[in-house]
This record gives sequence, structure tokens and C-alpha cells, in this order.
Amino acid sequence: MPDMEQAAVASGEPAGAQERYFVRFTRAQRYMHAVLFTTFLGLAATGLPMRFSQSAWARRFASGVGGFGAIIFFHKLFAVILTLAFLIHVREIFQRALVRREKGIFWGPTSMVGNWKDVKDLFGHLRWMVGLGPKPQFERYAYWEKFDYWAVFWGMVVIGFSGYAMWFAPFFARFLPGWALNAVLVIHSEEGLLAILFIFSIHFVNTHLRPDSFPMDLVIFTGVESEEEFKTKRPMEYQRIASEGKLETRISHAPALWLTNFSKVVGTIAILIGLTLLVLTLSAYFGS
Amino acid sequence: MADETGAEMKTVSSTALTLAASAILMLAAPLGAVAQTDCLGCHGDASLQDASGHSVGVDAPKFHSSIHGSLQCGDCHAAIKEYPHPDKVTPVQCETCHADEAAGLVGSVHASRAEHPCTSCHGDAHSIFPKSDPKSAVYPLNVPRTCGNCHGNGEMAKKHGLNNVYPLYLDSIHGFALSKEGLLVAANCQSCHGSHHILSHKDPASPTYKASVPKTCGNCHAGITADYMGGVHGKAVLAGKLDAPVCSDCHTAHAIEQPTASAFRMQSTPICGNCHKDKFSTYRDTFHSQLGSLGGYVETARCWDCHGAHEILPASDPRSPINKANLVQTCGRCHAGANLSFVQYQPHANARNRKLNPALYFIRLFMNLLLASVLSFFMIHTILWLIRSRYDQVKRRKAEGGKNA
Repeated sequence: MPDMEQAAVASGEPAGAQERYFVRFTRAQRYMHAVLFTTFLGLAATGLPMRFSQSAWARRFASGVGGFGAIIFFHKLFAVILTLAFLIHVREIFQRALVRREKGIFWGPTSMVGNWKDVKDLFGHLRWMVGLGPKPQFERYAYWEKFDYWAVFWGMVVIGFSGYAMWFAPFFARFLPGWALNAVLVIHSEEGLLAILFIFSIHFVNTHLRPDSFPMDLVIFTGVESEEEFKTKRPMEYQRIASEGKLETRISHAPALWLTNFSKVVGTIAILIGLTLLVLTLSAYFGS
Repeated sequence: MADETGAEMKTVSSTALTLAASAILMLAAPLGAVAQTDCLGCHGDASLQDASGHSVGVDAPKFHSSIHGSLQCGDCHAAIKEYPHPDKVTPVQCETCHADEAAGLVGSVHASRAEHPCTSCHGDAHSIFPKSDPKSAVYPLNVPRTCGNCHGNGEMAKKHGLNNVYPLYLDSIHGFALSKEGLLVAANCQSCHGSHHILSHKDPASPTYKASVPKTCGNCHAGITADYMGGVHGKAVLAGKLDAPVCSDCHTAHAIEQPTASAFRMQSTPICGNCHKDKFSTYRDTFHSQLGSLGGYVETARCWDCHGAHEILPASDPRSPINKANLVQTCGRCHAGANLSFVQYQPHANARNRKLNPALYFIRLFMNLLLASVLSFFMIHTILWLIRSRYDQVKRRKAEGGKNA
């Protein structure tokens, strides 16, 4: 991960004497996540009222923000921003794979692509949960993190395509059959619902609210984590880097106080919005 | 002149009055032929009251300008033959002259003469003007207010089990045309209900009886009614199928809105849904409905935007906007660039019906299974994980000698 090493070098500060901090995410990755979650919250907040347009809260919310016209405007705006972010990400993958010939991008310990270890980790993790085995030693990306990534990746393709098919229906009708225009709404709304339910319950708990990270894992905001966290959460990555003698390249400094506080505020707001939307979704889904 | 005479007459003794009156009577009986001035001698005093406190005064100048101004008092007050007349006289019988109107009242909702004297609509008996006169209580622009005296009264509406329709009418398109624009042709109460022979809408002879409503509205809206009669609803009503909607079922009777107004567009799809339940429920599943249910966006397709509003024709009819041959044009009204493939979109597709929409059915099934399996797996995974992490955390903290959690 040359980006990561550059980031660490660029920080240029010596490691703290008491506790060392290591870079996990580059600045670009953190920005990407910020764009991802703000547009996702926006898409969820404007998409749910459409999905549950018969519920009272949807109508109140819609009239509060200026009616349906405003809702669809912001939904499309967030969609376009997210699409751009997605395309930037795809371009980066191509660049790293084809231009820079990074082998580790599709396989190896730092890849997002699933491998046999992930399958073993999943079962090992489940065994550990019920007290039947030791806790698996995770690499840079654990299997649920890879699932999160691919769920979002697949979700963006599916939701994005079906969304644009509705937005530009007459254009898409040039090469899609008529019934596909019916299908895209079903696909868009069901996949959107899945994404919303998954992110606002599973991802929130797995990544932020579980006891080891509670109330939130700030690493996606600050980019760095303490050595202890690194060691316990991703022991295999730590050992691998240590054995390669590259620990030094990843060392950074503790996040600035303002960044930590800012991250806490932003993270809390995001989680609260998400949980509110989750409650509204569930109430509309089971109430109707 | 009248006042002077009155004042003079009040001062003279009753004997003298009797004598004078007798003399007049002898000279010119019957009373009908007697000049109004004789009666107005007493009744010209607007403050004159009878023994029970009812006003018996007559505003002479107003009376003279009224439609009955040229009549003599006795023409109506026929029971009074002599002077002095008894304290109690039989009421005036308007039907003596207005026989047709009186006949009309028989059997009407206002048949009771005690509850609905002619004056309750026509106003003060001595200042009745022709209905073409703006001073008349039944001048077209005054009719709603006149009817509203009773039908704008919540208590009275409750007593008779009626809707309090006057305020609804005033805010309706007809009410606005009448009260704001002063349009004489705007429908007022009697345009639809008639005047003397008003019947309950349950009475088949009433112009507001369901089957008669199209004809009644058609008195003004002739073109729309002709369209309507050519459509499926008009034909059904004509065939005696009174489940089919008439004008008032969609437009309401009194609170009629401009059909292009957002409020009307927002509220009216469920009206069609009252009968077309399956079509309404499948419409609800579509983006058209999702768009249309949230305020502020009224352009989205409602039932009548595709099916037409008045001349609704079955899809098999080549003139129907939803006939296959016309779909490109119909959909194209909103969706610029709609082509043959585009119009194969089904605005009433039912993803729950495997026979009608197999592709959609299986797509929905797949999506639901995906949703259910992903969420249930991770729900269990997360709950187990939470419990185990918490257990470890507590154990670790105990080992460290700290407090729990």
C-alpha cells in the first residue's frame, strides 16, 4: 500500500514515546468514506419517504423539506455525487491494477477480494462466539469488512443502474424491454431497503457499536489507530508487517484533539440519523 | 303624508276612527279597492307592533317599489274585510295568485308551511322583488346567502341530519365564481336543487338523484356531460347501474374544486380506488403513486391522466387513450421520447401475481430472499458476536481488577 506509506512518511513526526499510532486509512480513503456516508444518509433520508409514501412521517417530512419536488431533487443530487465517487474509486482500482501493476490488489493479505482464509475466519469466528474455539487472527481486512465493501459495491451497481433507468426511462427503453421498467423500481427499492437495513443495523453494530469499538471506531475519520488496537484487532497484519520490518513506515502520530472531537460529533450525528431512519423504516415496514 | 295622517289618527278617539272607517267602507267596499294609504295610516309606522310583539309595520316606500307595490293591501290580506279588523287575522295565502309555486311545494322537502313560509326564502313580504332584481332574496347572486340562512347553520343541519353545506359551497369553484366574480351563470343552490319542488336526493324525481345528476350538471356543462355519457360510467348509469360514478362522486356536490388544482389532484385517486380496488392497490406500488402521494408534486400521473376523465373508454376501444395504438402519445404527454418499448411498462403491474407478471414476481421473490437471508444471517452473527465480546470484556476487566463495564 504505497499510499499508506506515503501518508505515514508525510506526517513526518516521530512516534510518541508512550503509545504509538499506525496509519490504517489514507486521507483519500477517509474522504471517500465521508462522501459515501453523507450521500448514503441523504439518499436514505430522501428515498425512504418515497418507498413509504403512504406513511404519515413520510408525508410530513416531504412537506417539511418542500414537497416531493425537493425530495427527488436531493435524491438525484446525492445519487450523482455518489456515482462520481464510485467512478473515481473504480478508476483508482484500474490504475492500481493496470498502470501500477499492484499484484496485491486482487489477491494476498491486503486485497479486498475474498480468499480461503476468510471462509475459515468466518467459521472460526462463529465457533469462537459460541465458545468452541480460539478467536481467529484477522488480517488487514476481516471477512465482514470485505462483505461490507462488496455489498456496497454490488449495491451501488444495482441501485445506481436501476435508479438511472428510472430517471432516464425513455432512453433506457431503447434497449430494455418494457417490463424491465417495472422491474427496476422493485429492484431499486428492495436493494435500497437492504442497504439501509444492513448499514444502519449490522454495519453500525459490527464496526462501531460493538463493545470493542463502542461508541464508535474513529479510525475511518482519523485514519490512525493505537498500537494496541492494531495488535488486538488485526494481529496477523501487525505480525506480518513487523516480520517484514515495515512497522516504521506505518507509524504516525496521535490524532489531533480537534480531529478526534470533530470525528466524534460527525460520527454521532451520522449514527443518530441512521438509527432514526432505521426505526422509521421498521415502523413503516411492519406498520403497513 | 302617511306619518302626518298616522299621528293625526292616533290622536283621535276610537269612536271617531270607527266612524271614519265605516264611512270609507260604505263608500268603497270591498277593502281591496281601498287605497294603500288608508292601511298605511296605521301600518306605515315601521315600529308598529301587534299584541304579541310582532312587527306589523310596513316600509311604505320600499313596498311601493316592490313587485307587489301596485297591489292593494286587501288583495293579499283578503281576510280583512272591514275596519277595525280583528286582532288575529288568518295569514296571507300566497297561493291565491302563485298557485303553480304552491303546487310545487307540495311533497317537497320544504312542504311544511309552518316551518317554511314563503317569506323564509323570499324575505319580508312587503319588499319582494323580481328574481332578476339584485335586491331580491332569490336574485341568483343572493340565493346561496338566502338558503344559507338555514343551511349554513350547524344546529339546523344537525337537527335534520344534513351536511352543513353552505361553507363548502362558498369555497367551491361555483361559490367563488358567484361571490367573487359575480357570475350570474355560476351554479347557485337552485340551479341544481330547483326552487319550489325541492326533493331529497334519494327521490328518483329529484334533479340531484344519482341517475339524474349528469343531466342536471349538463344543463350548464353540456359538452362534458356528452363526453361522460359516451364513456363507460355514463353508459352504466344510463343502464341503471348506479354503482357507477356520476359527476358528484368525483367532484363532490358542494365542495367542487378546480380539477387542475393540486388539492383536487392530490385527493382524487382514492375516489376511483373506492371501486377499482385492485387497480388502486397496484397503482400504489408504482413510482407514479409514490411521487403523487408526497405533497408538492402534482404533475405525476393520476387515474384520469391516462384513462381520461369523462369519456372513459375500455382499452379495446381504438379511441381510448390506453388503447395500444395510442399509448406512445398518451405516455408521451409526460415522458418525452417514449417509444414502443417504453409504453410496455405496466402502470398496474402486480409483483405479487405470478401468473400476470412472472418476471416481476420472481425478481421480487429473489430480492426478498436476498434481503431476508443477508439480514437474518448477519443478525444472528452480530448478536452472537455482541454477547461474546461483552462476556470477554467483563472478564478482562475483572481480571484487571476494575469495575464491570
